[in-house]
Amino acid sequence: MSTHGEMAMTETGQATAASAADTLPEPPARPNGKVKTLGEPIVTVEQVHKSFHGNHVLKGVSLTVRQSEVVVIAGRSGSGKSTLLRCIDRLETIDDGRIVACGNLMGFRETNGRRVALRDHEIARQQREMGMVFQNFNLFPHISVIDNITVAPIRIKKVPRAQAREEARALLERVGLPEKENAYPRQLSGGQQQRVAIARALAMKPQVLLFDEPTSALDPEMIAEVLDVMVDLSHQGMTMIVVTHEMGFARAAADRVLLMHEGSIVEDAPPEDFFTKPTSDHTRAFLSKILQH
Amino acid sequence: MNWSWSYFFEYLTNGLMLQGAWTTVWLSVVSMAIGLGLGIVAALMKMYGNRALRYVAEFYIWLFRGTPILIQLVIIYTGLPQIGIRLSVIEAAILGLALNEGAYLAEIIRAGIMAVDKGQDDAGRALGMTWRERMWIVILPQATRTIIPPLGNQFNGMLKTTSLASVISMEELMRNAQMLAQIEFRVLEVYIVAAVWYLVLVTIWHQIQLRIEAHYEKPFGPAAAVASEGERELAKAVRAAGATNT
Ligand SMILES: Nc1ncnc2c1ncn2[C@@H]1O[C@H](COP(=O)(O)OP(=O)(O)OP(=O)(O)O)[C@@H](O)[C@H]1O
Ligand SMILES: [Mg+2]
Repeated sequence: MSTHGEMAMTETGQATAASAADTLPEPPARPNGKVKTLGEPIVTVEQVHKSFHGNHVLKGVSLTVRQSEVVVIAGRSGSGKSTLLRCIDRLETIDDGRIVACGNLMGFRETNGRRVALRDHEIARQQREMGMVFQNFNLFPHISVIDNITVAPIRIKKVPRAQAREEARALLERVGLPEKENAYPRQLSGGQQQRVAIARALAMKPQVLLFDEPTSALDPEMIAEVLDVMVDLSHQGMTMIVVTHEMGFARAAADRVLLMHEGSIVEDAPPEDFFTKPTSDHTRAFLSKILQH
Repeated sequence: MNWSWSYFFEYLTNGLMLQGAWTTVWLSVVSMAIGLGLGIVAALMKMYGNRALRYVAEFYIWLFRGTPILIQLVIIYTGLPQIGIRLSVIEAAILGLALNEGAYLAEIIRAGIMAVDKGQDDAGRALGMTWRERMWIVILPQATRTIIPPLGNQFNGMLKTTSLASVISMEELMRNAQMLAQIEFRVLEVYIVAAVWYLVLVTIWHQIQLRIEAHYEKPFGPAAAVASEGERELAKAVRAAGATNT
C-alpha cells in the first residue's frame, strides 16, 4: 500500500453537487489524475440509537455520506462500528432515529408522519440497493465461485442466466480471478475469497458498498490484493463505507475518516486532518496506538 | 432338533413374504417422505414462527416423541373411529408412522439449520434475499449436509419400525410372517426368514446411504471432504439430537 500517495480533497465538488450535472463546475483533479465529484447524500443516519439487552451500543449517531464518497470508520473493538454498518443495511433494527439509504427509509414506511414497519420482502428490496462485504467473507460454501456471484442476480433480480454469467466473468476479471469461476470457496485463499465476496456484492449493482473489516481475517501478504480492488472501486466512483484499521487505505482512498468511541462518532475529518491535526483526544490516543505497531 | 431347511428356503421365496417385504419398503418410503415434510415444517415453525406456531410445533414434537408409536398406531386406527374418524389400515399406518417420524426429524432438521453459520444468513440478507429465499438458496442446502447422515439412520429405523404396523393388521413383512406361522406352525423358520429380509433391506439401504452421503459431500469441494474438528463435533451433536425412535 505504500505506493498510494496522499490525495487532496475536493470540497468544491461537494458544495455544488445538488445542481444538475451539466451545470457542475469542473472538479479539481486528484494527484493520481482521477477526477472525483461527490454527489448528493445517499446515506443519511440521524440520531440513531441501538441497544443489545440494555447494552447501549449506538448513542445517537449521525452521519451523511454522499454519492461516490469513501468514508473510513475506525475505532476500538466494541465501539459500535459493525453495529452501525449493520443498522445501515438493516441487518439490525434500530431503537430510535432514522436511516435513509438510496432513497429508502430503512425498515419503515412513513404515512402521514406515522411509521409502519415494512414486511420481509419490502426490507429485502431495500437491502438490494446496498452491498456488504464481511470480515469472514461469508461466501456460500456449497456452490461454486460463479454461482456465488450469479445466484442473487438470477434468483432475485431475475437476470437471464447467460447474461448473469457473462457479467460475473467480467467481475471476476475485475477482481483479478478470471480462472477461478468453477472453484469452490474452500479451495481459495482468504484474499481470493474476499475478492469473490466483493464481486458477489457488485453483481447486484449496488449504489453503496459497506465493508466490515474486510482485511482483518487475512494473512498480511493477502491484504494488499484486497485493498487494491477497493482502491480501484473508489476510483471508479463507488460509494463506500469502510470499517477498517488499514490507515494506508484511508490515506489513499478516503474522503473522510471517522473515529467511533463508545457508540459515538468523535472525529470526522479528511484524512490529512485526521492524521495530522485531530480534534479529539480519543483520536490522538487511537493514532498513537496505531503508530506503535 | 426340529429345524427344517426346506421350510426355510420355501419361506424365503414365498409370495406372501416377498409381497410383505415390498410393502415394508414402500410403506417406509412414503411414511419417511411425509415425515420429512412434517419435520421441515415443524422445525421452521419452532425456529422462526410466532408464539402460537412455536407452541403448536413444540406440542407436536413433545407429544409424538413422548409416547410409544405402538399406542399412536392403535389410537389412530382403533381409537379414532369412536369420534367419527375412520381411516383405512393403510392410511392409519402411514399417518401414524409419518407423524411419529416427523417429530424426530424436526429436531434433527432444527439442529442442522442451527449448525449453519450465522454469517450465511447475513450474506443472504445483504444480497436482498427474503426469508424464504435465504432458506431455500442458502440455509437448507447447507443444513442438508449435516442432516443427511442422521436422516439415513432414521430411515434404517423406519424400515424396522414399520413392523409395528402389523398390530393394526397392515400386511407388511411382519404381519405376513405371522400369517404364515399360523398356517404351518413353522414359527422359527418363518420369523428367521422375516429377520433375514429385514437384514437384506437394511443392508441395501446402507449402500444407498453411503452413495447419497458421498454425493452431498461433493458440492463443498474436495477440501471439504476433510471435516474439521468443529464440524465433526456438530455432526455428532446433530446425530445425538435425533437419537433413534421406537
Ligand atoms: N448481536 C449482538 N447481541 C448482543 N450484543 C452485541 C451484538 N452485536 C454486538 N454486540 C455488542 O455491541 C457492542 C459493539 O459491538 P460491535 O460489533 O458493533 O463493535 P465493533 O466496533 O465492530 O468492534 P470490533 O472491532 O471488535 O469488530 C459490543 O459490546 C458487542 O458485544
Ligand atoms: Mg466489528
